Amino acid sequence: MDRIPDNRAWWLVLPVFLLVAFSALIPLMTVVNYSVQDIFGPGQAYFVGTEWFREVLTDQRLQDSLLRQFLFSGAVLLIQIPLGIGVALLMPKSGIKGSLCLILVAIPLLIPWNVVGTIWQIFARGDIGLFGWGVNQLGVDYNYTGNTVDAWLTVLLMDVWHWTPLVALLCYSGLRAIPEAFYQAAEIDRASRWAVFRYIQLPRLKSVLVIAVLLRFMDSFMIYSEPFVLTGGGPGSSTTFLSQTLTTMAVGQFDLGRAAAFSLVYFLIVLLISWLFFTAITHADKDT
Amino acid sequence: MIAWMNWTPSVAIFFAVIAGLLAVMTVYELVSPSVERKGFLPIATTRGDRLFIGLLSAAYIHLTFLAVSDVTLWVALAVSVAWMVVLLRWG
Repeated sequence: MDRIPDNRAWWLVLPVFLLVAFSALIPLMTVVNYSVQDIFGPGQAYFVGTEWFREVLTDQRLQDSLLRQFLFSGAVLLIQIPLGIGVALLMPKSGIKGSLCLILVAIPLLIPWNVVGTIWQIFARGDIGLFGWGVNQLGVDYNYTGNTVDAWLTVLLMDVWHWTPLVALLCYSGLRAIPEAFYQAAEIDRASRWAVFRYIQLPRLKSVLVIAVLLRFMDSFMIYSEPFVLTGGGPGSSTTFLSQTLTTMAVGQFDLGRAAAFSLVYFLIVLLISWLFFTAITHADKDT
Repeated sequence: MIAWMNWTPSVAIFFAVIAGLLAVMTVYELVSPSVERKGFLPIATTRGDRLFIGLLSAAYIHLTFLAVSDVTLWVALAVSVAWMVVLLRWG
């Protein structure tokens, strides 16, 4: 019997396609539609062209929160990546101590976002929170609800506490994957601790680190619950990040057109950065 | 059923053009499969990669025009199309 070229297996992809269309494509198309109209209610929409986009792009409040967002994500990466590598290097390689360390390090990851916010909201309070009270007792004037710098430091500290473990665990698994022979060779060559890190561990961690950077960037770029619960975006608007600005606009003020235009700009930024990271990952794989 | 999507003609044309581009590129790919190559871009790309880069940069070109000038967006569209052609041919 002749073999007939049969492509019917492609139909098996159809459910996934329908699901993606339902959950991503159609909503995206709707958002694009909303972004060029002024919508007052069902059946009351007026075409406004690119007006919302022009307004969003020149809106000082949005530019400020975009800048804050980049500063925050940059700071998160600058602190968490080196810290995570450090923690992973210090963790015991095996045995009961290793397992205990893994569990301890993983605990912050298990706590839901808004609970993390609540924990730190109480923990950092000057009157009843251990951290806030302790810092004040040391003679430092610390008040995260009134002082911009304090609020920023608290949000950063909270994020570092919550997410450095992820970087540490990724690096830990990367380190465990390095064959013992590499270390033995280094020992024969009498390589210093730094040389071992620089020429054996760091290059071998490269692909894991790209994933860690990608995950941490994306997560910090869309951070919402934690600062919302901790500071509510204040004092003033000093810790109001992009997604909170967007939510206020879309849900609070019910400004659908403007919020749609804004979320499309947000989407394009995320798309560009994800693509850059994705390209970096795939090309890093090609090089090795 | 789709009343809540609030379709407007311009957005419909926009998505139709994108869908058309994808369809044309799919047929082109079936007729003559693309080979990954290195152009003026820093990475080796296939035809589909270059289309994606072109579409993404077109979005940014339009946003830049909106943000910094009052020029009509047809200029931005012309720039984007020119850039897309350059990208597909030499990128």
